[in-house]
Amino acid sequence: MPVINVEELTDLDKAKMEVTQLKTEVKLERAQVSKCCEEISEYIQAGADEDPLVKGIPEEKNPFKEKGGCVIC
Amino acid sequence: MGEMEQMKKEAETLKTQIEAARKAANDTDMASAASGVAPAPRVQLKTRKTLKGHLAKIYAMHWSTDNRLMVSASQDGKLLIWDSHSGNKVNAVPLKSSWVMTCAYAPSGNLVASGGLDNMCTVYNLKTPVIKTVKELDAHTGYLSCTRFLSDTEILTASGDTTCALWDLETGKQKTVFLNHVGDCMCLSLSPDMNSFVSGACDSLAKLWDIRDGQCKQTFQGHTSDINAISFFPSGNAIITGSDDCACKMYDLRADQEVICYQDAALNSGVTSLALSLSGRLIFAGYDDFNCNIWDSLKGEKVGVLSGHDNRVSCTGVPPDGMCVCTGSWDSFLKIWN
Repeated sequence: MPVINVEELTDLDKAKMEVTQLKTEVKLERAQVSKCCEEISEYIQAGADEDPLVKGIPEEKNPFKEKGGCVIC
Repeated sequence: MGEMEQMKKEAETLKTQIEAARKAANDTDMASAASGVAPAPRVQLKTRKTLKGHLAKIYAMHWSTDNRLMVSASQDGKLLIWDSHSGNKVNAVPLKSSWVMTCAYAPSGNLVASGGLDNMCTVYNLKTPVIKTVKELDAHTGYLSCTRFLSDTEILTASGDTTCALWDLETGKQKTVFLNHVGDCMCLSLSPDMNSFVSGACDSLAKLWDIRDGQCKQTFQGHTSDINAISFFPSGNAIITGSDDCACKMYDLRADQEVICYQDAALNSGVTSLALSLSGRLIFAGYDDFNCNIWDSLKGEKVGVLSGHDNRVSCTGVPPDGMCVCTGSWDSFLKIWN
């Protein structure tokens, strides 16, 4: 892997890098936002029942709750 | 026309084409698409633990894959390993440089890493009788803002020198340099399938990278200031970003664009950190105004707030089993909520 010295990049180098990148990105196939959002929504809903922070955690199953009620004075 | 002029013109033409293609795919937004979904319940989480031990601002924290241990980094010059169930400190790792900005726990639990203004990523073995420094990864020419282990032999770093890098932990050398941002890289997040990662930078862009071929595959615009926090959505098909422009955004990778923005006119503090609940329904975003706001990722509405810190919330993390959220702050405390 060639060592890239970022500090030596000129403004022209950066502009060329941007154009090269844009040429890659212009070719992307883009899916419809409606379809993508539907899939995300379905993914979330499928997982909602198992999501402890959404459903809540019963006291006895909560590993972080303060244990016991005894205080030594 | 000079070469520079030519490049600028070419860039403008390509950007216009890309915007047109994105617009053609933009037939709705997330809030509209999810309008039939019941709103998330109002989320009221309680502080279950306050972890006290650091003596200065906490800058980063990361959960272990065992859902119990976590590592935190503070400018008091220490990494602390905590048992979150008991609240006890399990280990303390003194740092050569106290100007730490990031820390990470390896998936195996064997190693932790830290880095910051020393421009290096230092890797420590927790399993030797005395904690040992196993590697100092030294090649970045700017601060280390974020690091994440892929395994005990590979680690990713994001740097203020505008690059990210993949390192071989056996040789201590960079295998791949990811160069395309024109501003300091501030954060990174690994995809669930570990084949790619996303980075957020001070150029206000998020970029998707192929880990193996080193190429930038996609660039996401929309923020108007530094992106400080980034996370893959659990399905691997979307990313969430948080920025100094006070907003969080979700970008879908297949639509190649923003699908929803999480912001509130009343909120005028930058986002420092973010973490998602297990299903991705809730976004926990830490802000400069000392709070962590909870967003419904589908509806774009604020559904709760974690208040309790006396200074900026600098880091947030949800363990792999989703059983709680941890916030770390400049007030030197970590809090566990659920």
